Amino acid sequence: MIRDITIGQYYPAESRIHRLDPRVKIVCTLFFLVSLFIQNSLLGYVIATVFLGAVIWLSKVPLKYIVKGLKPIVILLLFTVVMNLFLTQGGKILARFWIFTITENGLRTSVFMAVRLMYLVAGSSIMTFTTSPNSLTDGLEKLLHPLNRLNVPVHEVAMMMSIALRFIPILLEETDKIMKAQMARGADFESGNIIQRAKAMIPILVPLFVSAFRRANDLAMAMEARCYHGGEGRTKMKPLKYKAGDRVAYIVTLVYMVLIFVIGRFVDFRLWIF
Amino acid sequence: MSITLEHVKYIYSPGTAYEKQALRDVSLEIPQGQFVGIIGHTGSGKSTLIQHLNGLMKAPSGKILYDGKNIYEESYDMRGLRSQVGLVFQYPEHQLFEVDVLSDVCFGPKNQGLSQEECEARAKEALALVGFPEKYYKQSPFELSGGQKRRVAIAGVLAMRPKVLVLDEPTAGLDPKGRDEILDQVERLHKETGMTVILVSHSMEDVARYVERIIVMNHGEKMLDGTPQEVFRYYKELEQVGLAAPQVTYVMHELKERGFDLSPDATTIKEAADEIMRSFQ
Amino acid sequence: MEMIHAEKLVYEYDKRDEEGNVIGTNRAIDGVDIDIPQGSFVAVLGHNGSGKSTLAKHMNAILVPTGGTMWVDGRDTKDPEELWNVRQTAGMVFQNPDNQIIGTVVEEDVGFGPENLGVPTDEIWKRVEDSLRSVGMIEYRKASPNKLSGGQKQRVAIAGVIAMEPKCIVLDEPTAMLDPNGRKEVIRAVEKLRKEKKVTVILITHYMEEVIDADQVFVMDGGHIVMHGTPREIFSRVEELKSCRMDVPQVTMLAEELRKRGLDIPRGILRREELVEALCRLH
Repeated sequence: MIRDITIGQYYPAESRIHRLDPRVKIVCTLFFLVSLFIQNSLLGYVIATVFLGAVIWLSKVPLKYIVKGLKPIVILLLFTVVMNLFLTQGGKILARFWIFTITENGLRTSVFMAVRLMYLVAGSSIMTFTTSPNSLTDGLEKLLHPLNRLNVPVHEVAMMMSIALRFIPILLEETDKIMKAQMARGADFESGNIIQRAKAMIPILVPLFVSAFRRANDLAMAMEARCYHGGEGRTKMKPLKYKAGDRVAYIVTLVYMVLIFVIGRFVDFRLWIF
Repeated sequence: MSITLEHVKYIYSPGTAYEKQALRDVSLEIPQGQFVGIIGHTGSGKSTLIQHLNGLMKAPSGKILYDGKNIYEESYDMRGLRSQVGLVFQYPEHQLFEVDVLSDVCFGPKNQGLSQEECEARAKEALALVGFPEKYYKQSPFELSGGQKRRVAIAGVLAMRPKVLVLDEPTAGLDPKGRDEILDQVERLHKETGMTVILVSHSMEDVARYVERIIVMNHGEKMLDGTPQEVFRYYKELEQVGLAAPQVTYVMHELKERGFDLSPDATTIKEAADEIMRSFQ
Repeated sequence: MEMIHAEKLVYEYDKRDEEGNVIGTNRAIDGVDIDIPQGSFVAVLGHNGSGKSTLAKHMNAILVPTGGTMWVDGRDTKDPEELWNVRQTAGMVFQNPDNQIIGTVVEEDVGFGPENLGVPTDEIWKRVEDSLRSVGMIEYRKASPNKLSGGQKQRVAIAGVIAMEPKCIVLDEPTAMLDPNGRKEVIRAVEKLRKEKKVTVILITHYMEEVIDADQVFVMDGGHIVMHGTPREIFSRVEELKSCRMDVPQVTMLAEELRKRGLDIPRGILRREELVEALCRLH
């Protein structure tokens, strides 16, 4: 049910990818996401697949987990595929029925779009799977540090994100519990039209908000009691330092980017319509 | 309206790394009107067990009969069952959501499809049953004290007029007086309405004082089932699984070992005092 | 040397109506004098709403008194200059185990306090390891707090406070939301700390069994301290305790009942062995 959402969850394991500096993972993930958009060819996707596959393999995160993470985007995925399949025209007509035509270009675009979308999600979830939310925000904080000079409260934002990530599982569990409690009072979340269903959510949302505020209050108090007073004068238990492995990762990613840019764009290789 | 469980099994997250057998082959029967205590430590399966009683959780194998009818049958009225078997969760005040006490208690009856007047009548009846003062009916439930909030939440379930009331740790987080007040109220409810009450708790002292039958759960299995006296006779076994009998049980057993002529079966202070006084005569 | 010292402490807050207008004031603490010597184990008892948690929050300067003064290790909690010193001196553990853990990994959470204090990195690691060891949670250092039991979470929270090296730990109902096993775990951890680190421990609770070993017990009701003494003194006043919504351990209760029925049993029995011994002497 609601607990199946894996996006944004950390998968603890000892792996080369887990050990990388979070800044490396953030930057390389960004590069990977960009790489999906600067090319649109079979070879390009092959290279991206090899790269992503290697990273997943190195990370020791079971493939099952990553596939599960794709579940929430299934509808979006289907929608994109269908839209592209029928609306993109061009090339030879492959099939035609009633008012719909499927063309070569349509099939090609829809398949590529689907792959691209899945890789986007898989690529970013491999980052969250292998980086504890705390080090993720540490990395972001350090990367965005220059913005401090522009009066952007980088530390505060990073702290907020890290807390939000810690409380996601707790609030999900709480939602589950409240839902069950209201069902025990005869609430019905499954039938009725969309307005009735939205209305049926009130008995869940109100207690959830009340509880979230209570937790926020408690947590603020607990943080103050432990002498939290913003980022100033704070030391780090795990300060970020680049190691040899991090440099290798940067180089590998750079090579990947060059490859995908050059081969994906300039080498014309086609298999059937792809 | 008896409840019968036959070989009920339940597994959490089957097929994943977190797979856990929450219930393994549980069979039991609870006749109408009984006051039953279910005891077990966290993770013993007691919470999973009670969520099966009103169909919130569905066992992949085994059968549950309510009033002789299989609740897993295709055409079974599950929502009807939920109003028959009222389940009060742990910290039930966390489910309050309405603008005032009365409307919150009306939520259950409203879901049963009753008219506004009927709902309010039921709500008032339920609030009276838990001893909630009438002058606060129009107050926001969020402004009440912890104990009062809990009463409102329990009333929210009672307003559906269940035949069976299941309470999961109804005294958690309350102070000693608040605890006694809630439990006394539940006992009175049981006596006055004759409904079945199933009390889930990890306090042996509480359970021993009120219930007529104790079911001890351990590792998803029914470990012991009997009257408090019968169950606490196994106080050594209980200790081994991280539970303990009431303190008086230990005192009685130690006294017997030291040569007192008494029966060590006492589970409440009154019983123990009676028995000790008798041994002195 | 007094660790905690309060004189005529008063805490008032505004009562508001639905529109947020002030319609009066409530006194949560009403003229409390309290003295807690360094290194002692003190328990504060009281029903929900008796003011005991409000008092606890004054010891860490989460709340500052609206009247009277609270000194923590000689520092006035009202003095803004001393705020962080006060908070470091008196560490605080709260009731809800979920709402006080900030880190997503156990060791990172324990490191949170020292990070705030500006402790150097190497020293943080040492302290984290040390404090996790002292609460028996070292093997869970890489675990996610969400996968721990309530008792384990509270022990992590205690470790998080210990890592700040406070002279005094205030535990505000640390066991109220735990099952009996979790309660035992936490109380055992606190006991061990007291012996090993010689810190002052102030335990706020309504579980009578937990205060038996305390040096002093304070009982609060209506914002006042209504009883004060050793556990034995306090527990021999059963009726008085009942009148402020408290309870006594079942053994004490049984002893009291037997005394009422004419057996010559001393007052203030705390442990099962004591009662058995007393009865054997009579036999």
